[in-house]
Amino acid sequence: MTVLADPPSTRAETPAPQSRARRRSFGYPRRGSVWTYAALLAVVAGSVFPLYWSLVVSSQTSDAVAKVPPVLIPGGHLFDNIARVFDSTDFAEALLNSFIVSGSVTISVVFFSTLAGFAFAKLRFRGRKVLLVVAIGTSVVPQQLGIIPLYLLMAEFGWTDRLAAVIVPGLVTAFGVFFMTQYLGRAVPDELLEAGRIDGCGTFGLFWHVVLPAARPAAAVLGLFTFMQAWNDFFWPLVVLQDNATVQVALSSLASGYTTDYTLTLTGTLLATLPILVIFMVLGRQIVGGIMQGAIKG
Amino acid sequence: MAIPALTARRARLNRLDTKGSPYLYVLPFFLLFGAFGLFPLIYTGYVSFNDWNLLDAGSHEWVGLANYRELLQDPYFWNALGNTLSIWALSTVPQLLAALWIAHLLNHRLRARTSLRMGVLLPNITSIVAVTIVFTQLFGRDFGMVNWLLGVVGIGPIDWQADTWSSHLAISIIVAWRWTGYNALIYLASMQAIPHDLYEAAELDGASSAQQFWKITVPMLRPTIIFTAVISTIGGLQIIAEPLLFAGSSTPTGGSDRQFQTAALFMYEQGFREFRFGYASAIAWTLVIVIAVFAIANYLITRRIANDEEKS
Repeated sequence: MTVLADPPSTRAETPAPQSRARRRSFGYPRRGSVWTYAALLAVVAGSVFPLYWSLVVSSQTSDAVAKVPPVLIPGGHLFDNIARVFDSTDFAEALLNSFIVSGSVTISVVFFSTLAGFAFAKLRFRGRKVLLVVAIGTSVVPQQLGIIPLYLLMAEFGWTDRLAAVIVPGLVTAFGVFFMTQYLGRAVPDELLEAGRIDGCGTFGLFWHVVLPAARPAAAVLGLFTFMQAWNDFFWPLVVLQDNATVQVALSSLASGYTTDYTLTLTGTLLATLPILVIFMVLGRQIVGGIMQGAIKG
Repeated sequence: MAIPALTARRARLNRLDTKGSPYLYVLPFFLLFGAFGLFPLIYTGYVSFNDWNLLDAGSHEWVGLANYRELLQDPYFWNALGNTLSIWALSTVPQLLAALWIAHLLNHRLRARTSLRMGVLLPNITSIVAVTIVFTQLFGRDFGMVNWLLGVVGIGPIDWQADTWSSHLAISIIVAWRWTGYNALIYLASMQAIPHDLYEAAELDGASSAQQFWKITVPMLRPTIIFTAVISTIGGLQIIAEPLLFAGSSTPTGGSDRQFQTAALFMYEQGFREFRFGYASAIAWTLVIVIAVFAIANYLITRRIANDEEKS
């Protein structure tokens, strides 16, 4: 658990000018050889291929998926197939549901994580260390195995088939608290808080005027993670949202008919992945950085 | 006259603020986690001691250990547990080794550094559902690309869903594909924190780069390797969506002979298809114990291995 308390920092990522010069002269890390690049490109190709393949299939007519040897180049039928997905299932509603769920979960996780992170990183109170360890420790609890009482609870609330059943259990994450505690510990100097106190700020005033603005970069990264995770969440929505599907649930029912239309299914897959893919294309650097700083699974 | 009273009141409020508000700020997390994360898991224990049928309007009857007695004699449960361990081992070990190798590759001075890292991470941001659907198509018996490629070298065609070994292999590949790049970035972050002088000194002593990797990099990554092994164990033993979707229909039996039904999937089947909530809860709790035992064992074993490497 040492990794949790002291994650590999980004220091090596942004070396001071002096150490960069030193590094160059000694040659560490080594310059990548042709073989390094070749191997990495092969790995990346393997990573990209399944998604590329779903683009190929979803842009062809239905008979292309059964061609031998396989067709490997996208065709011109993408929009026909997309229209077919929207015609044959409630995909539009599912997309909307997923946006509502992921959006509310993201806002809530970022807010409560920053609040708790502020308390853990910057305020002194009895039991702080213990509570922090407990909070981080909760991330190893196999929550997925508690779905039966969770379902009973939701039935009690009358929330089955309602988005609240998926949103409310997702309002906080242990990862978020850990991540913001780490970040705020580094990013907010105590002098700044002291100055705010002298100016007459209460604790919440400090949070609102000093901490929240300072937390913005980390909040963005945490927001991205949370959104992607909520968007991709499958098992619990499958259990509790039978008739009000999120996009992953809609996708799974598209794929599990008795005769599977692969063109339709893979077009759905592409559509369901697209929002995440767009976020990743634009902000991938921040996401990579966030994972390397956090070094913990959300 | 009012001023001292006011400041006293203010000081009191202030003290209340500094003493009390931290608890207020961490409260939402503990409250929500307690209600929707921890409480259900504990309550699972209570449900597991009952005969609890959802269709009977939630009526239930205390039956003590009956569900557990039945579970220990249920061949379907042992089958599911065996499948879970097999898929977990097949996916985790190669995955972590590959991640180590990819991290090592990424730990060079590279052009397009960020793009390469993003490329490696891409599988992890794709949803399990999407990944499993695409791979299930690629592993298709008649028109799947995997069988076509195997056919080119004279193997197959393989009916991937039909056999135990082939279905476990295919599911493990799906799991590993999604997590290898993520673990590689975790390892890379730790590799970058290793002081360069260690390598410089080794270089001066004439150590080859392979020696440097095994004698410096791997031992220095010890805490991270332990961490990823434990986390992969906790996640890997709960696998459910991949085998559910790999079947290609919405039946949660994991194939016609339950050849790839995992323990978590068995829990889902008993709970939400057979509506035997009590029995499903007994499965869940047994699995929690199995996961705890394996996570601890894993922690001890990886620590031991890493220790030995450091000594040798």
